[in-house]
Amino acid sequence: MKPEEHTRRQQDLAGWAITIETYKLGDVYHCTIANVDPGARFARADGSTREEAESRAIEKATRYLQQTRKFTV
Amino acid sequence: MAATLPNVLVTTEWVAQHATDAGVRVVEVDVDTTAFDQGHVPGAAGWNWTTQLCDTLVRDIVPVNKLEELLGATGIDNKTAIILYGDNNNWFAAWAFWQLKIYGHEDVRIMDGGRKKWLAEGRDLSTDKPSFPRTTYKAKAADTSLRAFLPEVQAASAGKKAGLVDVRSPQEFTGEILAPPGLPETCQRGGHIPGAKSIPWGKNCNDDGTFKSFDDLKAMYAAQGITGEQPVIAYCRIGERSSLTWFVMKHLLGFNNVKNYDGSWTEWGNLVGAPVEK
Repeated sequence: MKPEEHTRRQQDLAGWAITIETYKLGDVYHCTIANVDPGARFARADGSTREEAESRAIEKATRYLQQTRKFTV
Repeated sequence: MAATLPNVLVTTEWVAQHATDAGVRVVEVDVDTTAFDQGHVPGAAGWNWTTQLCDTLVRDIVPVNKLEELLGATGIDNKTAIILYGDNNNWFAAWAFWQLKIYGHEDVRIMDGGRKKWLAEGRDLSTDKPSFPRTTYKAKAADTSLRAFLPEVQAASAGKKAGLVDVRSPQEFTGEILAPPGLPETCQRGGHIPGAKSIPWGKNCNDDGTFKSFDDLKAMYAAQGITGEQPVIAYCRIGERSSLTWFVMKHLLGFNNVKNYDGSWTEWGNLVGAPVEK
C-alpha cells in the first residue's frame, strides 16, 4: 500500500516545539508527534480521520510535555 | 558520502529494489516500538529494542544467546546482509548496528534517511506480519573495544585522555532539562560529564534524515577538536543517540578508536558523588 495524505509540520505545544507527522494507510490515519530537539517521537495515535488521529496524539503529547520540568541553569 | 556509501549505507531506492533479495534482510528498529505496525518496508522484520535488543533482567546489551536466537528467528545467517532502518533518523537502527558489530556480524548497513525519508517519498508500506525460515546463527565473541564502561569514562573525564562527546540536546547538556521533552526523566541530576563537548546527534543529519557529507561531518567534529587522532567516547541519555554518533565517527569518518558509552547520562547522572558540569 502507498501511504496517502502524508504531512509533516512544526508547531509549539505546551511551550515546546514539536513535529506532527500524519499519513493514511488503508483506512487508518496514523499520527506521531516528536519533539523538534532532540527529535524523539513521544506520542502517537490512530483515527478514522486526520482530525481524530491528530487530536488524540496532541492530547497525549500535551499531557507528557506538561510533565517536563525546566531548571534554572 | 560517496567514499563510504557502498559499505555501510544504502539508499531508500536500493532498499525498494533489493528488500526481498536472497541474502538480504531488512529490519526496522524504532524508538516508538509500535511504529512497525503503522506500516513498514514490505518484507522487513521488526525488532523491539526494549525487549529484543537488551538484557531484560540486568541493564546490559543483548546477551549473545538471545541475539543468536533473534537472528535465527529472523532468518539471518552469518553471511546475510542486514539492512537496518527506523524512526528518529535511525536512532535505534544505529543501536542495533552497534550491537551487531559488537557481536561481529560482517555485513550490516543502514538505510540512509530511515523511516522518515521512506515515508516522505511515498514508498510502499506493508502491515503484514512477516515470518522467515529459521536459521542457526553463531555470533562471535563480543568486541568490547566498541563499548565504554564507567571506569574508562571516569578516567577520560579526569585525565583528558579521550575526547568525550555529549550528543544530547543543548538543554540536556546544560541541565536545563533532564530528558527530551515529553519523555520520562531518568536521572537525579542534570548537566554533563566534565570535559565533554556538546555535539548534538541531529547535527549529523540533513533535513531529510540522511547523513551529511563526509566533508561536512569531518569539519563539524574537527571544529570541536574531535579529529580521530585520540580515542573518542560518545554518550547520550541511554546510549541510542550516541550509537548513531558512534556510527558516524567509526564508519562514516573512519575514526579508529571510538566507543559508545551506553551507560550514558542515566548512569552518570545517578551516581553518588559523580562530578557534573553545567
